Amino acid sequence: MSTPPKPKATEQRLDEIREVAASNANNPAAVPAFGEPHARDGRESYYGLPVLKAPTWTWEVPLYFFFGGIAGVSACIAFFAHLFHADPALVRMCLWVGLIGAAICPVLLILDLGRPSRFLNMLRVFKIQSAMSLGVWILVAFSGCTFFAVLSFELLLRGFSPSFLIPLLWLAEGSGAVMGLLLASYTGVLIGATAIPVWSENHKLIPAHFLTSGLGCSAGILELAGFLIPATQIIGFAATGIETLVGAVLEVHKKSVDGPLHHGRSGWTLRIGGILEGPVALVVRIFWGSLPIGREVAAICFLVGALLSRYAWIWAGHASGQDPEVLFQLQRKS
Amino acid sequence: MGKTAFLTDATICIGCKACEVACKEWNEVPEDGLVWSGLSYDNTKALGHSTWRHVMFLEQPQIAGPQISDMQNPFRWVFLSDVCKHCANAGCLEACPTGSIVRTEFGSVFVQKDICNGCGYCVVSCPFGVIDRRPDDGRAFKCTFCYDRQKAGLVPACAKACPTQSIQFGDLDELKQRGKDRVQELYKRGYEDARVYDPQETSVGGVHAMFVILGNPEAYNLPPAPEVPTVHLKSAWTSALISAVVLIVIVCAAFAIR
Repeated sequence: MSTPPKPKATEQRLDEIREVAASNANNPAAVPAFGEPHARDGRESYYGLPVLKAPTWTWEVPLYFFFGGIAGVSACIAFFAHLFHADPALVRMCLWVGLIGAAICPVLLILDLGRPSRFLNMLRVFKIQSAMSLGVWILVAFSGCTFFAVLSFELLLRGFSPSFLIPLLWLAEGSGAVMGLLLASYTGVLIGATAIPVWSENHKLIPAHFLTSGLGCSAGILELAGFLIPATQIIGFAATGIETLVGAVLEVHKKSVDGPLHHGRSGWTLRIGGILEGPVALVVRIFWGSLPIGREVAAICFLVGALLSRYAWIWAGHASGQDPEVLFQLQRKS
Repeated sequence: MGKTAFLTDATICIGCKACEVACKEWNEVPEDGLVWSGLSYDNTKALGHSTWRHVMFLEQPQIAGPQISDMQNPFRWVFLSDVCKHCANAGCLEACPTGSIVRTEFGSVFVQKDICNGCGYCVVSCPFGVIDRRPDDGRAFKCTFCYDRQKAGLVPACAKACPTQSIQFGDLDELKQRGKDRVQELYKRGYEDARVYDPQETSVGGVHAMFVILGNPEAYNLPPAPEVPTVHLKSAWTSALISAVVLIVIVCAAFAIR
């Protein structure tokens, strides 16, 4: 809980008080005091205290968003790569990335709970209107799909092929692709549908931003794993291009509610992350995209940038809503 | 039992904090910091996981109503006991993924503490900043509307302890009418900025804890137009869907081009 800034007790402050008092000798109320009865700065709120509560989420949640994005989009890439008869090694790699992600994500989610031992309570109900409930079910379904996809793929690879295995693989891959897209995008919906102004005012942008960044990360991981094929280059270009656009939109279209996206720790983290995912990765790809090292550098830039952006968005949520006046302005406008 | 409600009247409150004490004692709410805030007589500052009734102390440079209007330094001291609004469409209830938060037969919003697993989604979903996670406990807490007492046919602890009837408890529709009547009466007495705070016209759709206040709701940190966050779901999911289609096109194009 933050209070209005208390002036620091310094010699300068004492001088300041004396000067104000001396120049207004006939008006004893002229000296501005901390916690004085009437606000002089024209604030309307209750002593400038925040109206909203800050999120309780810590480091696990943005990391979960990051891994969920990679796992989800990788599973989606696996399905379409398989559909277009791409290198089976690439399909296998994508499926494994999906499965490993599906194993990491629940751990991060459970760590973030106030009562981790009660994580199973998430599966008591299914609530379509709660993005958190929906997300947990998406994660469960995604884990199941990727598990069966990897299992049947590995069995087929080892020459074990009963008649039901190929349809099972396609079914698991196909539903895994759908669940993967949901997993990579629902996190944006999750924070968009909250009372936190910087999130709710950007509820259309965040799902698109998170999905794109998941796409670029998945392609980046494939490139780092040695798949320096045209397909990953095309995906890399598309993702960096869209992220450059997102960054430009955020920089140009400045709303008062977006303060935490431009200033402070969250603002600078988002800016650095956005530049890495967007322009830097794009420039590296344009000029050194023909070299393996160029593509690897672009991939690393994108991955680091995407991770930083996820943290920045959560930190922005912590900072947003601390200023009640911004919230009031926003609500009176609509 | 029909829908019940609170009507908390700032024009009657004397700032004694009996409601805070009664609430803490009856509900066994732990201590949450003994600090001097320097903000009038308010040392709890806001509602929270361990403050379910919060008495505000507003110091305003304006006349209260029938005071002498040409005084040199007009001043009024207003008190109001804030509480969970028990919204008709509650953000916390919609958000809760465990089903811990439920709507009771009295119309109030209740957190079942044996089910909450502390996911924290209700905290960011409350447009009034009421519910919060207790750090040492891990679960989310807020006003229970004294569900246990109401079940037994009793009045909530704060309303019972209030010595001036600033906190009134009763039937929702009856209290709505009483709020209107009270504002009418205050007008007549010269309190021209009296009003009822009950955000009906937004997606919150009204509250079960209404307030009679003087001046703007903003001065009490009451949001002027609170929205239940689920109103954003449709367009957020639409954006996700469009993005997913674009993503599929990109991936297909990438693997189709040889």
